[in-house]
Amino acid sequence: MQKRYLSLWFKQLLTDQLTIANPSLTEVPLVISIKERGRQSVKSCNNFALKQGIKLGMTLADVKALVPDVVLEDDVEGTEFILLKELGEWCIRFSPIVAIDEPDGLILDITGCCHLWQGEVPYLRELLTRIKEKGYQVRGAIADTAGAAWAIARYGKEKAIIASDEHYYSILSLPPAALRLENSLVQRLHKLGMYRIENFIDMPRSVLRRRFGEALLLRIAQAMGNTEEFLKPIYLPEPYTERLPCLEPIRTAKAIEIVIQKLLEALCERLQKEGMGLRKAVLTCYRIDGKVVSISIGTHKSTHHIEHLHQLLKMRIVNIEPALGIELFVLEASGIEPVEITQQAMWATSQESDEQQVAEVLDRIAMRAGKDAIQRYLPQEHYWPERSIKKVNSLDEKPAIPWPNDKPRPTHLLAVPQKVLVSAPIPDYPPILFVYKNKRHDIKKADGPERIEREWWIESGEHRDYYLVEDEKGKRYWLFRSGHYQADQQAQWFLHGFFA
Amino acid sequence: METTEKKKDIITQLKKDILRLEGFKPQTEGKEVSFGLGMLEKAFPYGEFPTAAVHEFLCDEEEDTASTNGFITTLLSVLMQNQQSCIWISPFPQVFPPALKNFGIHPDRIIFIQLRRDRDILWAMEEALKCNGLAAVVAELQDLNFAQSRRLQLAVENNRITGFVLRKDSKKISTTACVARWRISPLPSFTEKGLPGVGFPQWQVELLKVKNGQPSIYKATATPKGLIVKNLENNQALRDKFTLTQTGT
Repeated sequence: MQKRYLSLWFKQLLTDQLTIANPSLTEVPLVISIKERGRQSVKSCNNFALKQGIKLGMTLADVKALVPDVVLEDDVEGTEFILLKELGEWCIRFSPIVAIDEPDGLILDITGCCHLWQGEVPYLRELLTRIKEKGYQVRGAIADTAGAAWAIARYGKEKAIIASDEHYYSILSLPPAALRLENSLVQRLHKLGMYRIENFIDMPRSVLRRRFGEALLLRIAQAMGNTEEFLKPIYLPEPYTERLPCLEPIRTAKAIEIVIQKLLEALCERLQKEGMGLRKAVLTCYRIDGKVVSISIGTHKSTHHIEHLHQLLKMRIVNIEPALGIELFVLEASGIEPVEITQQAMWATSQESDEQQVAEVLDRIAMRAGKDAIQRYLPQEHYWPERSIKKVNSLDEKPAIPWPNDKPRPTHLLAVPQKVLVSAPIPDYPPILFVYKNKRHDIKKADGPERIEREWWIESGEHRDYYLVEDEKGKRYWLFRSGHYQADQQAQWFLHGFFA
Repeated sequence: METTEKKKDIITQLKKDILRLEGFKPQTEGKEVSFGLGMLEKAFPYGEFPTAAVHEFLCDEEEDTASTNGFITTLLSVLMQNQQSCIWISPFPQVFPPALKNFGIHPDRIIFIQLRRDRDILWAMEEALKCNGLAAVVAELQDLNFAQSRRLQLAVENNRITGFVLRKDSKKISTTACVARWRISPLPSFTEKGLPGVGFPQWQVELLKVKNGQPSIYKATATPKGLIVKNLENNQALRDKFTLTQTGT
């Protein structure tokens, strides 16, 4: 079958995109500037700016002098690729093979697609109209080769659809730049007076190779279809979804369990093949009365362990109200991450399998208690006791700094320091006795003080002088005095923790 | 003479069989861990600290709880030697992780779970005890009845990990299926002669109940090199108090 290619050219891709986002920009000169070789120049501009005399490659200073009320935007690298990919993914409805043709086009392999639109003319018209409806200025051309289609789309003046085997004649009158040549090569051709492709296309290959190198020959061959040109098609990521329609509406928990098992088997088989695992899954149930119920689960580590996921979903079955019955189940996985592949049961106590097991237990507990109930603590670079640790939810996060153990810290820290009555000799001796919960504690041994300053860049307040004290029964406490002794005020003492 | 020898052998063998039936299994080979508990380990059957079991700790006051946590942490430091983690379930975040470093464990290897109701805590503990990848599970509970403790013990016997239950309310005490009942309370710290300040923490370790073992009272000192355990049995007064609590329950 004769191959047919369609080339799309987005003349002002960047400015069009900005105009779509902000329609007020249509009636103003819009310029996208790029920094190159130490100066700012025009990378792209809209029609309004072109009319006022702005040209591509102009320096920004000239533009500002020419059109004082110009709207300037900085170029963000990679925008074109993102836009083209988006457009390309949209174009997959017209052809399964769509390739990005940087910087401003798309190439579609439309072989055998056009008859669905009753021919190439309505096909092209439909495609261009719909892209124009989106707000992009676009030109398209169809030819036997990708190279010829590219040339016609950008430089062609007459017709956009070149009939089979006519591409040779159609490009003869076009300038050499239509062959996708480098700028320097085009300039060299121009210097020699070759302003049209017909001037040199029939020259002997050896002459062209000697004068202009292999690149020109390759481009000519591609445009003529003498060599194969390979396109790199865009693949749409296939969503990790499984569906299970039921002949009879399902109403019992046992049946739902079986459904979950089947869906998981199908989903996990694919995940396993790709070495991926899921972090989140949503089971959506479509009831026959038109309502939709869904349950969701989350895991601490990405996994494709069927049994474990089944257990998690099973815990949520009670939340599904089947009413008259459920006719369709859809299981959707999100948060797809690679799974650490563990060596299976070579040694019973290998560390990875331990971690996997712990993660599975925590998943089950999290289903019941909520994800926030599970915490680990990591040290923080703060001396202030309340801030010296931070909570983390992940199981893998490693401490950024080693745990400090140079200063004594209590095994129990009270969330809010409790006020205690104390008799203590001044200036900074440990207390002799203190009263806590109406109980008097005589202090026999004491260590301290350890002064901890408040972190003034976070909050203001008094510093604390901490003492480790032991009473007559051997119970150990962490007391502190807030601030300095002052003549007119009684010192404030607090109990902040219990030592082992 | 020979017959009595034979009978003795048979009786010790039978005793061992009974222990096995009751869920006590000697440590598997190659997994020998020394807890450095010294004479304290003698109180248990086979003369070793039972790891595949649930231990019950009584602590009424905050000070006792702090000491109990210190003691449990020293045990955890031995249990967690092969890089396994531990789950600590409690109704409130009370333990201050940086302090645990002093007892020889990395606090980031402990996973804390906060659950308010006893029912949830028991359920979570049972789930956790079924997991081979953990070194130990600690749970702080208000109360524990026989059936609940039996469930925990069964979970533990299958998976051979250690469970610690901290009970806050020792007034409502009842029989449980736990392998041992402990009470840890603080004693005046140990200081080298003439040195000022607070020294190494010391605890009174009461083994109130040991299944098939010898209940007794010890004094434990937590030094940076490990626990030093001494017997306090000789003290007649303590022994009296101890028998009183035994009959009282």
